[in-house]
Amino acid sequence: MELSGAEILIQSLIDEGVEYVFGYPGGAVLHIYDALVAQGQVKHILVRHEQGATHAADGYARSTGKPGVVLVTSGPGATNAVTGIATAYMDSIPMVVITGQVPTPVIGSDAFQEVDTVGITRPCVKHNFLVKDVNRLAETLRKAFYIATTGRPGPVVVDIPKDVVDPNVKIPYEYPKEIRMRSYNPVKKGHPGQIKKAADLLVGARRPMIYSGGGVVLGDGAEELVDLVRGLGYPITSTLMGLGAYPAGDRQFLGMLGMHGTYEANMAMHECDVLLAVGARFDDRVTGKIEQFCPSATIIHIDIDPASIAKTVRVDVPIVGPVKSVLKDLNKALRGLGRKPDAEALEAWWEQIGRWRAMECLRYDRTGSRIKPQFAVETLYQVTGGDCYVTSDVGQHQMWTAQYFKFEQPRRWINSGGLGTMGFGLPAAMGVQIAHPDELVVCVSGEASIQMCPQELATCKQFDLPIKVMLLNNGYMGMVRQWQELFYDGRYAHSYVDALPDFVRLAESYGHVGLRVERPEDLEGALREAFAMKDRLVFLDVIVDPEENVYPMIGMGKGHHEMYLPPERELA
Amino acid sequence: MRHVISILMENEAGALSRVAGLFSARGYNIEALTVAPTEDPSMSRMTLVTRGNEEIVEQIKKQLNKLIDVIKLQDLSDGPHIERELMMVKLRVVKHDREELKRLADIFRGNIVDVTETSYVVELTGSGDKLDAFLATVPEGQIVEVVRSGPSGIARGAKGLGV
Ligand SMILES: Cc1cc2nc3c(=O)[nH]c(=O)nc-3n(C[C@H](O)[C@H](O)[C@H](O)COP(=O)(O)OP(=O)(O)OC[C@H]3O[C@@H](n4cnc5c(N)ncnc54)[C@H](O)[C@@H]3O)c2cc1C
Ligand SMILES: Cc1ncc(C[n+]2csc(CCOP(=O)(O)OP(=O)(O)O)c2C)c(N)n1
Ligand SMILES: [Mg+2]
Repeated sequence: MELSGAEILIQSLIDEGVEYVFGYPGGAVLHIYDALVAQGQVKHILVRHEQGATHAADGYARSTGKPGVVLVTSGPGATNAVTGIATAYMDSIPMVVITGQVPTPVIGSDAFQEVDTVGITRPCVKHNFLVKDVNRLAETLRKAFYIATTGRPGPVVVDIPKDVVDPNVKIPYEYPKEIRMRSYNPVKKGHPGQIKKAADLLVGARRPMIYSGGGVVLGDGAEELVDLVRGLGYPITSTLMGLGAYPAGDRQFLGMLGMHGTYEANMAMHECDVLLAVGARFDDRVTGKIEQFCPSATIIHIDIDPASIAKTVRVDVPIVGPVKSVLKDLNKALRGLGRKPDAEALEAWWEQIGRWRAMECLRYDRTGSRIKPQFAVETLYQVTGGDCYVTSDVGQHQMWTAQYFKFEQPRRWINSGGLGTMGFGLPAAMGVQIAHPDELVVCVSGEASIQMCPQELATCKQFDLPIKVMLLNNGYMGMVRQWQELFYDGRYAHSYVDALPDFVRLAESYGHVGLRVERPEDLEGALREAFAMKDRLVFLDVIVDPEENVYPMIGMGKGHHEMYLPPERELA
Repeated sequence: MRHVISILMENEAGALSRVAGLFSARGYNIEALTVAPTEDPSMSRMTLVTRGNEEIVEQIKKQLNKLIDVIKLQDLSDGPHIERELMMVKLRVVKHDREELKRLADIFRGNIVDVTETSYVVELTGSGDKLDAFLATVPEGQIVEVVRSGPSGIARGAKGLGV
């Protein structure tokens, strides 16, 4: 089969099993777009801003485990995509981003819409390529998908000069079946000796704790994790990124840990004697002050990326490998030990945890006439029964969603944790909805965040994406305001979101349904009404208490045991 | 502590900037860096000198290994190894200095590779210390310019760093 570069690109996507490409055209990719419309297999979702394309592809990837694919033009198309690429990079999301480039003969001449895309994206990709020869195009794409989806996943950029996809230059095409790279060989199995050591330590623990992260979601290890945790009867906490890998409603789940984690999770971290970290990277939002992190624990760490291990915190038993196979082997090793954890010690530990739990750190005041944001998330959880996908933007609403929505399954909670990108929620929801056309997809956002990518409401209209947006409208960049209240003596420097649009009319002007909710008693009805409109995007502008804060909270530079609870509550 | 890390990598465009970029992005110290293709033109060999405590150097090695273009890596400081650096020094030499500087170069086993009526270019190879010592012995005011390659390193013994 003889194909042009542009046709090779499209055919490679087909051979890779790609269903959707999120993109935006421009001069450097016109050949590619021409080849794209000439076929019927790969569907193109036209966004309204390249940042939207990357977030949408990212949401698609997070909710399916399959790589998200983006196609943008050179210059401004590529630079607009950078925020989304960095977002995916920080959370280890598999993505292949194809960027157009000026023709090879003029590279380096400051040609029209030329930027050094490979140079600009280098620090925020797993890898990137500049394809200078059409004969290497198929092989490079194969490598790009392979690198993006294996090992620790991540975005890969493939920069393609316009002359490489010249429709008039045809060459024989064959998509490489197998790929082997001498410089890249992700680990497939954990070291048996280390796994045995971990098993011994775990059963010998008196105050054990399991700290699970995004790696369990990314590596599809939820089932094995549940086996492990149930088998041992130990408490488990999760990072923001790991939520859903272990069912939040389960008694053994202590809630999220870290800066806005629960009292019981953080205290159990502080007091535990053996810590099993799995697919988590000891982020500073999680560890608090490093010197005070798990002061008395022996630490076991399972991660596919050796660089995540002992990066910030010393680790006693490192295990490099994919969560799924390592946890399977660990479960086997534990069964093989013929030893059980000390029942008495465990009971005492659970009693201690029970006392921390009795603090009810997530309790909030439900008496007022204003809608509390926590109540809004709880109501969302009740009305949906948890059976939906939830995306969020960044800020207080993100934390409340993490705290009050009980995620029971992996890949249902889609948010930007590492980069914390405002503007992520709505486009990410598009990717999720496209991947799951018959499921309910809710985007919980804030009035500041939603204004960073509102243009995607048009994309939602064009592609009939019946997303439900629940805007927790507090009139502030709430997370910023909270810090200013607590650490800057209440000086609210530029955190009031003035001149807000009328979100109901904004939604309507895009052809969607807009609803405003102002009283707690109206919320449930409004949500039910919105969910009943199965084929419409409904934008719920929920006016919430403007000065509510997210608690518990660990201040910057503090240890896990030094948490703030709401002002009216005292620590025991 | 000073570490000499030897890296075998794909000879791809941009491979060097990936390494340099990694060091600047993560705030690692980079003292010297040399790179050139090997006997197999598809691979380059790099010698990198860095400083840091054990944890930092461990992290540096892991991050380097994570680069897709890096095939293999060895911390030469872990065992006996040889380091050599090439230096060329242009010296201002007139009349009576000429003999003296020729002798000096001989003592350091240097070669005079360019001569004019008023200058020498001395070529020297050796460890960084040796090159430093030579420079220290040249009388004030006679050095016109110094070009150093940065060290290249190789482990002692029969084993090689290969694919
Ligand atoms: C406003 C705001 C507040 C935040 N507050 C908190 C908070 O209170 N608590 C909190 O937890 N986070 C919080 N975060 C998120 C935080 O910034 C980090 O993104 C998050 O803690 C990282 O989660 P993680 O450790 O699970 O790592 P991830 O970023 O999910 O990384 C996954 C890890 O798993 C590894 N991995 C990937 N695939 C596999 C596999 N197949 N097998 C084995 N390992 C694998 C990777 O190498 C990596 O080390 C907050 C973010 C924002 C924006
Ligand atoms: C692109 C970007 N710019 C700035 C920030 C810093 N920031 C974090 S939270 C936040 C406020 C978000 O406000 P809003 O969307 O209304 O959410 P709320 O906290 O009020 O729930 C800001 C400005 C960010 N995370 N991302
Ligand atoms: Mg707000």
